[in-house]
Amino acid sequence: MASSSIAGSLRHRANRGVLARLRGGDEISYLVTLACAVLIFVVVALIVAKLWGNSQPAIRAFGWDFLRTSRWNPNGGKFGALPFLYGTCVTSAIALLIAVPTGVASAIFLAEMAPPKLSNLLTFLIELLAAVPSVIYGLLGIFMLLPLIRVYLVPALKSTFGFLPLFQGSFYGVSFLSAGLVLAVMVIPFIVSVSREVLLAVPTEQREAALAVGATKWETTWDIVLPYARSGIFGSIFLALARALGETMAVTMVIGNTPKITASLLSPGYSIAAVIANEFAEASGDLYVSSLIFAGLVLFGLTIVINALARILILATSQKAATA
Amino acid sequence: MASPQQQQIMTRESVTRPAETAASKTPGAACKLTARNIDFFYGSFQALHSISLDVPSHRITAFIGPSGCGKSTFLRTMNRMNEALRNTRVEGELRLDGQDILSMDVTTVRRRVGMVFQKSNPFPKSIFDNVAYGLRVNGISRKSVVEEAVERSLQHAALWTEVKDKLHKPASALSGGQQQRLCIARALAVEPEVLLLDEPCSALDPIATRRIEELLFELKEMTTIVIVTHNMQQAARIADLTGFFLLGKLMEIDDTKKIFQNPGKKETEDYVTGRFG
Repeated sequence: MASSSIAGSLRHRANRGVLARLRGGDEISYLVTLACAVLIFVVVALIVAKLWGNSQPAIRAFGWDFLRTSRWNPNGGKFGALPFLYGTCVTSAIALLIAVPTGVASAIFLAEMAPPKLSNLLTFLIELLAAVPSVIYGLLGIFMLLPLIRVYLVPALKSTFGFLPLFQGSFYGVSFLSAGLVLAVMVIPFIVSVSREVLLAVPTEQREAALAVGATKWETTWDIVLPYARSGIFGSIFLALARALGETMAVTMVIGNTPKITASLLSPGYSIAAVIANEFAEASGDLYVSSLIFAGLVLFGLTIVINALARILILATSQKAATA
Repeated sequence: MASPQQQQIMTRESVTRPAETAASKTPGAACKLTARNIDFFYGSFQALHSISLDVPSHRITAFIGPSGCGKSTFLRTMNRMNEALRNTRVEGELRLDGQDILSMDVTTVRRRVGMVFQKSNPFPKSIFDNVAYGLRVNGISRKSVVEEAVERSLQHAALWTEVKDKLHKPASALSGGQQQRLCIARALAVEPEVLLLDEPCSALDPIATRRIEELLFELKEMTTIVIVTHNMQQAARIADLTGFFLLGKLMEIDDTKKIFQNPGKKETEDYVTGRFG
């Protein structure tokens, strides 16, 4: 009978050998995916090991002073990376300060307010922005953004906030502010496209529940939808931050490449990624090369620390929200 | 703010309580909500065809019918929740105590006509904040008033004794039936004159369902209830009035007893006796 032959093959399937079971998919998919996951871990470990190993001369020569001193003098064999660290942090902070409100607001418009067709079109265009090479953003910064900043933004900032040390001194175009603005333009697409997806994933039932007690559409968005999507929106911000911290080309083109720490955002500065890109090819001497690699290790460490802090922040706020 | 409205509800209750006749047959008498010739469109698809009915005050009105017959769509036109969907259109006349719902401020409509959904949908906030949300968006922020209203709403929703010691725990910690009663409490907090329920028990076990049904029976003292249900026994158990929807039309609406024992239409009889649907 047909049924007995089915029962026979089922019994056979239960007793099959290793090869047959591999063909069944479970074991082989486990091994393949495991291998890929391990590979990622190995790559990260290799990066750290290589950076650590190659920066040994600089670590031995300067130790923590590398992060605390500001002299960058290849001829004298003195290397202190504080100005670069400062530049990286300041430009990323400016970028986030501008990109987070703008990006999240755009995502709210696209997810909650715009008609679907318009939303899809705009999202497509915004995602295209994420694919523009960074050197193009650098050129855009030099030829479009810098003149605009010089003519409109700087006079406005000086007349309203001129009393703050942040906006004193003369402005030559290349500066922390310019680099921060270019970075902001570059990271906004990440925030918009990820946040929009997260907002769209908020269940309709949540929105309807708020509307049903008499909330307006905006109250629903602000009180219910945004908090629901909070951790995803934070995720998009960290993606943006990681990009801003590591961005090299566009920053190099507009930051001024001057290793100085100044309170004024209008002054030229330098960033870790920029100094490595600019000086690595011409670095002569073990200590010089090793110092640049050490700077790379510092950037890597900075990214990890900031991401870890961010994750702790998410965890803390979501737990607080759950128990409050 | 609570007390005058409650008094109003109570006086209305004592004065206008109608005799046990079908209110739909005596239009105007203690009629809370009236619909006249309601047509509803999703894009070019007409989902409702000329629905006219009267919802009597302080009664439970149930809508039954097969899936896709338009009963939920009609329920959602009563508090204009369908406006949250794109590309929809409603025509006809809808009145709440004689006032035109379709031209009223939409947040006022929804405050006065509350709604409980098929899937319990508590906010990812604390139990207290869930119930207090409607008060907050309606501008009530005095702590003592809010606390009192939250307690009263939870008591009305028969949930108070179960949650009074964990008001600040997340709502997600409650069981499915408790979550649905929390949603009822949230809806009751703003003292709606009509409470719409869209298959509120479809995801609940029989015990939790029983509790909600008992609750609705008590709630009709304070508000007017309209419920959509797939469960005909449920309609038979709790509803004073039952309407049968089929293919976007209201086939008939009458006393629940009459609908189940001696319906006026062949289609209704086929449906309630289980011959189709």
